[in-house]
Amino acid sequence: MLNSKFLKLTFYALPLAFFALFYFYPLAAIFGLSFAPEKHLDLSALAKLTDTPYYLKTLWFTIWQATLSTLLTLLLAMPGAYVFARYRFWSKNTLKTLSTLPFVLPTVVVANAFTALLGPRGLLNQGMMSLFNLSQPPVQIHHTIWMILLAHIFYNYSVALRIISGYWQNLNPNVEEAAQLLGASPIKVFRRVTLPLLMPAINAAGMLVFIFCFSSFGVVLILGGPQYATLEVEIYRQAVNLFNLPTAAALSIIQIIFTFGLMRVYSRSQTQMARPLNRQSSRSLQRPVKSWRDRLIVVGNLALMLLLLGTPLLALVLRSFSGANGLTLRYYRELFINRQGSLFFVPPAEAIFNSIAFALATVVLAALLGMISALLLTRETHRWRGWLDALFMLPLATSAVTLGFGYIIALGRPPLNLRSSLLLVPVAHTLIAIPFVIRSLLPAMRSINPKLREAAATLGATPRRAWLAVDWPLIQRALLVGAVFAFTISMGEFGATLFIARPQTPTMPVAIYRFLGQPGALNYGQALAMSALLMLVCAIGFIAIERFQLGDEGEF
Amino acid sequence: MSLLKIKALTKSFTPDASAVNDVSFEVDAGEIVCLLGPSGCGKTTLLRMIAGLETPDSGQVFFAGQKITNLAPHRRGFGMMFQDFALFPHKNVFDNVAFGLQTRGNSPQAVQERVAEMLALVDLRNFEDRDISLLSGGEQQRVALARSLAPGPQLLMLDEPLGALDRALRERLMLDLRHILKRVGVTAIYVTHDQSEAFAVAERIAVMNAGRIEQLDAPPRIYARPASPFAARFLGFHNLLAGNTTSSGEVDTVIGRLTLPSPLPPAGEQVTVLIKPDAVVGFQPFGFAQDRLSAVSGQRSAVSDRRSAVEVEALVTAISFRGKYYQVWIKAAGQRLMFELPSAEGWQAGETVRLTLNVEKMLVL
Repeated sequence: MLNSKFLKLTFYALPLAFFALFYFYPLAAIFGLSFAPEKHLDLSALAKLTDTPYYLKTLWFTIWQATLSTLLTLLLAMPGAYVFARYRFWSKNTLKTLSTLPFVLPTVVVANAFTALLGPRGLLNQGMMSLFNLSQPPVQIHHTIWMILLAHIFYNYSVALRIISGYWQNLNPNVEEAAQLLGASPIKVFRRVTLPLLMPAINAAGMLVFIFCFSSFGVVLILGGPQYATLEVEIYRQAVNLFNLPTAAALSIIQIIFTFGLMRVYSRSQTQMARPLNRQSSRSLQRPVKSWRDRLIVVGNLALMLLLLGTPLLALVLRSFSGANGLTLRYYRELFINRQGSLFFVPPAEAIFNSIAFALATVVLAALLGMISALLLTRETHRWRGWLDALFMLPLATSAVTLGFGYIIALGRPPLNLRSSLLLVPVAHTLIAIPFVIRSLLPAMRSINPKLREAAATLGATPRRAWLAVDWPLIQRALLVGAVFAFTISMGEFGATLFIARPQTPTMPVAIYRFLGQPGALNYGQALAMSALLMLVCAIGFIAIERFQLGDEGEF
Repeated sequence: MSLLKIKALTKSFTPDASAVNDVSFEVDAGEIVCLLGPSGCGKTTLLRMIAGLETPDSGQVFFAGQKITNLAPHRRGFGMMFQDFALFPHKNVFDNVAFGLQTRGNSPQAVQERVAEMLALVDLRNFEDRDISLLSGGEQQRVALARSLAPGPQLLMLDEPLGALDRALRERLMLDLRHILKRVGVTAIYVTHDQSEAFAVAERIAVMNAGRIEQLDAPPRIYARPASPFAARFLGFHNLLAGNTTSSGEVDTVIGRLTLPSPLPPAGEQVTVLIKPDAVVGFQPFGFAQDRLSAVSGQRSAVSDRRSAVEVEALVTAISFRGKYYQVWIKAAGQRLMFELPSAEGWQAGETVRLTLNVEKMLVL
């Protein structure tokens, strides 16, 4: 009896120990480095931040670009949310799934997709130059704020679309009709009834998009060029390029404070959303596309989505196949040819192998730890449950760059020196993936009626047998969803990996970034080819998730 | 002079079936008309077309002589009460009731007074600041009524306004609702699938089936003479027999040849005979000695004319106590029939009996 209790405790201690070691310890190291770089309290690094206008400017830029990105995303997503909430049309669900694809794409891929479309050598400029005989690229938005904003909209459009349309379609249309019958014109109905009712969803979506844009890293690093830096980018530059660790640590702390504060507001806006405001009326809420006005609205929206979300990805694929003289497979073939030369050169095929190996290790670790955590959250009743739930979600609110930076300073020295360990990358990826695994598992686990287990017990099943018969079949699919999440996250993770991957074992995103840093059409072509491959892997993984998912439950 | 005139309204959502099929009727000022029918019969669609929330495929709606078929709902000046009440969840009671007054540009002073008046009417004084989510179902129903009545609509539409409430509350609110509607004097169209609700509230009932009105009449007349087998079944009558009219002016059915008081269609027609549940005037355990008959002879004498009674041999299949009466299920010539009796004394499930039925309680549909 005592023995089994001990086993159980050890079992549950695993995820907690993992978090202590690979989350809190590195964060503590950042705090230590920032406040006491020489083993005694020294706040000069923090003070320097407030004294130097440059850092204030960085913070200000981080905030205003995130605000603007959020507002533009919401503005563009609102009509789309209306169309998806209120109309019924052909292949709607497939379109919704496809529209979410950008969200799971690695930032490096997205950044490349945008340069492939809108960059100086991008599809748009090349097309216009040859069409109008221009000597200069007419669209010069590379390394401007517009590129960053466009990429952020691209990324977050589906987040806003999903949250708002999901909420909108459950709004009782009778309420709007009641307002109309009480004499309100359609505009008035929207302003005084629909919009106020949608506010919780708009708030939640806006908060989430803001958080993502606030901690944007790859997009700003690659698309923004040297003159733009968010806090994340600045942390990376200070730590890696300038080796100014105390400043990087101080910036990390500011980043942590902001993201935690924002997450707090987000979770509050989410609980507001969960309040059951309306009973859904029994009438079918979605109408078919019938009149020319309906058609204009729906088709117009889908065209906008295609333009916004489809063209960059299309450009990426097209550009990866186009060489100096027409279509070519050269860049793909080059990925598997070893051309030594540069000191940092790593054969691309190896990067692909590394990525897959790290991703598989991540899947195993994240599935195991996520499963234990989810069991801890559902099977055991104790008063720490609420806190534990929040604890396991913490990595979501922590920026990857901060985490990677923490690993560099904490895990590269005794007592826990893992700098040369191959485990470091999967461990970081696992930490980032765990919230997704848990969030996939929890709804399935909570949906299991405990009476079913009791029924199995009264029919003579042992607890283990009952679990296998009742819980496991339902959890299986959820676990699969979580595993695929972990796989795609690991494949595309950029911010933390850039810090911690050893030079000789880069992952695909890191290799793409290195290609971009080197001159020549061949390197750029290879970056695009690898981005296209990575996109394909993520797309397959994502479609698998959508297939396995039970409804919309596992969402955030 | 009718206030509302519906002319040949038709609407279909799918190509092969119409939800509302060529419906015409008129409503007088101050009248309460009930659209009664099972779910899917088109009653709500018809109501929504009158409200302007659906566009008819064909047909017209006239109000006070004006054609309003394609007028936007917010310009009609009608009121509507929804089954789920559709109260604005982000507004309190006062703001809900005030909404329709504010859209019409009333002064804050006027809004204040009218809201107070309406809340008094539905007996919810001092509820102004309450949150909608904190109200009970009955209170929500009354707020919804106050909201729809506040702007003084020329026509009030009620779509299953009691449907979301439990039975006991429904019984009570039914009469309150009629009382309030009559006091305000508003013209109303009331949609329901509950016949007792329709009987209690309406001056006239339109029984709807498959997108059409099968019968439109005052409640007592509808109950006394359902116009079709569907209407009869929907009003709760079970005993419907298929029959053929004979040349001698009688009806052949499985339980025998019936001589009925109601006028008949020409010979050779297929008809349906409705036997009301209170048609039993006597019974006799089958095969018993003649002298036992005296036990029910008193009842038999109630049937004045021998020709106005029919004797049927039947197997008693079930007897159930329903409080004020007993429900007796019998099987006669393969046909299940149900009768209501004040007492079940002497009845025994599984026994064969000979029933005497009063033909005055039979109708040809």
